[in-house]
Amino acid sequence: MALLDVIDLVVEFPTRRGILRALDEVSFSIEAGEILGVVGESGAGKSLTGAAIIGLLEPPGRVARGQIVFDGKRIDRLSQADMRPIRGRQIGAIFQDPLTTLDPLMSVGNQLVETMQTHLKLTDREARARAVQWLEEVGIPAAAERVNAYPHQFSGGMRQRVVIALALCAEPRLVIADEPTTALDVSIQAQIITLLKRLTASHGKSVMLVTHDMGVIAETADRVAVMYAGRIAEIGPVADVVRHPHHPYTEGLMGSIPSLDARVERLQQIDGAMPRIGAVPNGCAFNPRCKYVMPRCLTERPLLLKAGDSLAACLRVEEGSR
Amino acid sequence: MTAVFEAREVSRHFDVSRPFLQRILAGEGRRLLRAVDEVSFAIAPGATLSLVGESGCGKSTIARLAVGLYTPSAGEIRFEGQPISTARAQPALRRKMNMIFQDPYASLNPRWRVADIVAEPLKAFKLATGRAEIADRVAQLLTQVGLSARDGEKYPHEFSGGQRQRISIARALSSEPEFLVCDEPTSALDVSVQAQILNLMRDLQQKNGLTYLFISHNLAVVRHMSDQLGVMYLGRIVEQGPAESIFRTPRHPYTRLLLDAIPDISAIGRARIPVGGEVPSPINPPSGCTFHPRCALANDRCRAEKPMVTAVEGVDVMCHAVAEGRV
Repeated sequence: MALLDVIDLVVEFPTRRGILRALDEVSFSIEAGEILGVVGESGAGKSLTGAAIIGLLEPPGRVARGQIVFDGKRIDRLSQADMRPIRGRQIGAIFQDPLTTLDPLMSVGNQLVETMQTHLKLTDREARARAVQWLEEVGIPAAAERVNAYPHQFSGGMRQRVVIALALCAEPRLVIADEPTTALDVSIQAQIITLLKRLTASHGKSVMLVTHDMGVIAETADRVAVMYAGRIAEIGPVADVVRHPHHPYTEGLMGSIPSLDARVERLQQIDGAMPRIGAVPNGCAFNPRCKYVMPRCLTERPLLLKAGDSLAACLRVEEGSR
Repeated sequence: MTAVFEAREVSRHFDVSRPFLQRILAGEGRRLLRAVDEVSFAIAPGATLSLVGESGCGKSTIARLAVGLYTPSAGEIRFEGQPISTARAQPALRRKMNMIFQDPYASLNPRWRVADIVAEPLKAFKLATGRAEIADRVAQLLTQVGLSARDGEKYPHEFSGGQRQRISIARALSSEPEFLVCDEPTSALDVSVQAQILNLMRDLQQKNGLTYLFISHNLAVVRHMSDQLGVMYLGRIVEQGPAESIFRTPRHPYTRLLLDAIPDISAIGRARIPVGGEVPSPINPPSGCTFHPRCALANDRCRAEKPMVTAVEGVDVMCHAVAEGRV
């Protein structure tokens, strides 16, 4: 059984002009020890999926339908008080901007100690020792002295290391990493990805890695979910999705990424832009931009169906025309 | 072939000293940030020269120097053979250079209609007169960048990020420039939109014979766009030459680091050994070769002596190890 099952999740935002559906029947699962990448353009709903799982949807956003099942238990209907022991202890989170994640008025050591003592039964001395261990493990030089330093005394890359230590220190089983390297320079990004991969492998964690950077996913994830306009367009093993995309959006996305390996005369481009929530067309959400569009696409919403080793939501897959 | 644009040993320093009294009380001297340090390059007509590097390497400062928004602290910038200050003083030359900025949300006036934004350079340089002529030209420019002529009636907030960047490009093109400075023009955009803008920029270059100074931190985008490439580290261009040859055989250790560090979709499940360390502060750069604290090839000479440029097969490399044949 999977560690996390998200089943037909619908997230809605009631507004004065009606209900906006930001996530529309999103289903996927994450196995124990697996890294699932979630990729998509801004506004596709990838961060929202992560927020829904850890119960941090900004009001008035709400889970309208569907289930989130973690380790066999539904967690989408829990009260804040019941969610608190799960968030941090069972499901950890890493966000994009390390400076806003950390408390500027507390030394990084105290932040680690506070997190661990909230979730684990540790004496002050034990927690302190473990905080230093964690800082060493995430590669902070002179951890024993730096444990008393404040976030502003660290560089961006070092801060993100502290955030990773904070997310992992209560030994959660699932980590939701939302754009963990986007704010960092490439050489630092490489360090952080390697660190995240190594630590989650050695501690046996599952990771949901949310990013817009397909390169990061290709290198890090086992499987990838491609999101478009609040829905999953395609989900499957990374190699399969990158090399043999089944959904026309995935195909366009892969062709539009300039590669380091070879220079092409023209990048493939998908004309138009992703629809805003509230203005998603009927049928397949991608139909206005799709070069293979058929009359059925305008009325019928495609289901996620098996295509090769992946699942793709495209009527052409259903008709077996590929 | 004469270069459209040339920078000769250009430096730009910023004074980041504390106020006079505090400096006296603390007993410290002036502090200079060397954002750009003796940088030289030239761009041939119709070509694209790209500068890549991480944040703080000075690439945006060069963009601003190039269009005259900053004056160089030392060295000389020439546009069409004339010093930049002389060129900027002549409207006929000044209109030949323009700039596209990174953030299309900040670079368009939210209270102006798109038609007015695009028409402003036309009016400023008197390239079109009379309402009808200006409207015609604006419509033509908007169509050229893939928008509709009627979009001129709208305000910037009615457009998506990609469309706004198209508006910025239309505005930049309206002065009929020959030289465009593009400072991270696609960094704020999603990949599928980025592809649209990059394709548009290349089409326009071919059609109008534009020369680009293209600034980006994304090596894959740079590879797609450039003829010439300069890799910057802490205010210096450490490797410079034909883009294809640098991508084929990167020589400077920093260029290699950058190329290795980039996650690429062709490298599925790659395991890597990342280089440690971070970019040092440009206020207090390391001695000698500024890259030595992160370089595996560094020796005593690298720590003490600033490397000079060595030409290897048409590529200029600033590295002792390359010069001594230790690579």
